[in-house]
Amino acid sequence: MGPADILTILDNGIEPLVELLASTIRLATPLLLACLAGLFSERAGIFDIGLEGKMLAAAFFSAAVAAMTGSVWLGLLAGIAASLVLSGIHGLASITFRGNQLISGVAINFLAAGMTVLVAQDWFKQGGRTPSLIAGGRFEAIDLPFATELRDVPLLGPLYSELLSGHTILVYLAFLAVPLSWFVLFRTRFGLRLRAVGENPAAVDTAGISVVRLRYAAVAICGVLCGIAGAYLATALQAGFVKDMTAGRGFIALAALIFAKWRPWHALWACLLFGLLQAAALRYQNIDVVGILIPVQLMDALPYVLTVVILAGFVGRAIPPRAGGEPYVKER
Amino acid sequence: MTFMKPLLGAAAVLAMTTGTLLAEPALIYDLGGKFDKSFNEAAYTGAERWAKENGATYREIEMQSEAQREQALRRFAEAGANPIVMTGFSFASVLEEVAPDYPDTKFALIDMVVDQPNVRSVVFNEHEGSYLVGMLAAMASKTGTVGFIGGMDIPLIRKFACGYSQGAKAANADVTVIENMTGTTPAAWNDPVKGSELTKAQISQGADVIYAAAGGTGVGVLQTAADEGILSIGVDSNQNYMHPGKVLTSMVKRVDNAVEEAMAQGTELETGFNVMGLANDGVGYAVDEHNKDLITDEMKAAVEEAKAKIIAGEIKVHDYMSDSSCPSS
Repeated sequence: MGPADILTILDNGIEPLVELLASTIRLATPLLLACLAGLFSERAGIFDIGLEGKMLAAAFFSAAVAAMTGSVWLGLLAGIAASLVLSGIHGLASITFRGNQLISGVAINFLAAGMTVLVAQDWFKQGGRTPSLIAGGRFEAIDLPFATELRDVPLLGPLYSELLSGHTILVYLAFLAVPLSWFVLFRTRFGLRLRAVGENPAAVDTAGISVVRLRYAAVAICGVLCGIAGAYLATALQAGFVKDMTAGRGFIALAALIFAKWRPWHALWACLLFGLLQAAALRYQNIDVVGILIPVQLMDALPYVLTVVILAGFVGRAIPPRAGGEPYVKER
Repeated sequence: MTFMKPLLGAAAVLAMTTGTLLAEPALIYDLGGKFDKSFNEAAYTGAERWAKENGATYREIEMQSEAQREQALRRFAEAGANPIVMTGFSFASVLEEVAPDYPDTKFALIDMVVDQPNVRSVVFNEHEGSYLVGMLAAMASKTGTVGFIGGMDIPLIRKFACGYSQGAKAANADVTVIENMTGTTPAAWNDPVKGSELTKAQISQGADVIYAAAGGTGVGVLQTAADEGILSIGVDSNQNYMHPGKVLTSMVKRVDNAVEEAMAQGTELETGFNVMGLANDGVGYAVDEHNKDLITDEMKAAVEEAKAKIIAGEIKVHDYMSDSSCPSS
């Protein structure tokens, strides 16, 4: 058996693997965007369980505007705007009026779940759905340069042309957002202040910096990222909005955030891991590991199980930002 | 303020009907939602048809959670609605308890059996309809591999899958049938993203015709199948129009007929066990202007022959729910 034969065998084996990983990337992208959104918000001391609702609202408005105008970019903007409005409500309730952040988040989830279907029915009369988006109204897959030429190169060819190439621009944006978030949070003055406001807002206030403004900024960044996540679901992965289409991804993103211990790079790995679990669960319904059959339900539950394990302190410890969940009161 | 009007109207109707014997039928939709382009929407179509033909009205409610089932049933029964039609197997256990409390009210349950004197149980022979679309799938497939994507993993959906694979194997003994379920919770009915991923996974395993019995998740399946240039098969309602020329056919389940019939019988609703199969056009495959070029005369002849044989009892399609097993997988 010559080296060429070995390469052929490797190539045949790599094909399903590449498909699995490509599926992982597609499934991890919305998680990653939502996870980073939560990261900014929670690092600034604002817990946000409304990620799901914001994604859902963004998914609907991006699909609706893309369907009406035929422009996916206008759709994306509309999705971000919708998500920002909900972020604003969350900020108003929990920063300005010092309400309970969890309750506000729950309210946003309910609001989004009901409002999207209601508005969709009123606008399109298609039973809470948007019309199917046609070309131009959707984000198309981008082929990276030389993707087709390199396809036949052993090993690296499929990796490059099928795993890295052929995703929509939002996927690349999501992955770029990781180093960017890290840089903003850990290498800029704004980031330092933002983190400080989540740990000890009084100290930030003493330094003469507005806690309220910083927290609003964090919540706004959260809104933009959730908006992109929602638009990705409705206009890139799918061709339109269907009710409840986020299907709990906002909560898995929250789990990933805890799993990642509120750090950007960890968030990337956590989301990729959770995405891989989903992709594997979808591709191999029951996995046979040396005679033991792992049911698909276990794969679906694993993200939550892992999060609980991390929270319980078995594997390292997840310490949330110290001032998280508490509204800041200047003077007593 | 616009939403106040129907609200006030509804309150007025409620006030008028509670005291009188004027019986108005009621329709309760299951969790998939009234406009799921599929099962519940078919029920809605049937009710609308009845209402239009008779110039009558009916009441309706969409379930939002499991907990609402009993409440909705009791409220309609107490408000004097008769008969009360509900869609979905999940109502069975609730109806079992509620029905004896309202002996004068007639209930019609679609998709499940409840043995009470005032309940009409309508079940469909989905396995027979699925058998026919399975044959079409196997005949249309060029790769010799066809796929099935179910919604929530429940016996009813396994019944679809089992009929489908039997039909596919009958048309082509060498065909490979890939079966996947989206999930095990009700969220599996509304997750088109997972539907798309499953479709891509099945395509990579060689499937070129995929049958989706998955509610809203099926929207993602049909979309991805159309994007990737393979054929798909719709379910419950006729979904051929969603991607003309790319949906091979739809396994139609005439829920609309069942609902219309129940409402037409009104308070004199005939109770007991009611089977909608191929023989009484309760299930079937859809051919219309969107897919007529996909189905050749040869395919049609084969399917019609099988249909006649099933009706005559010469072909026996195994029902998964009868013994929780499937001979062909």
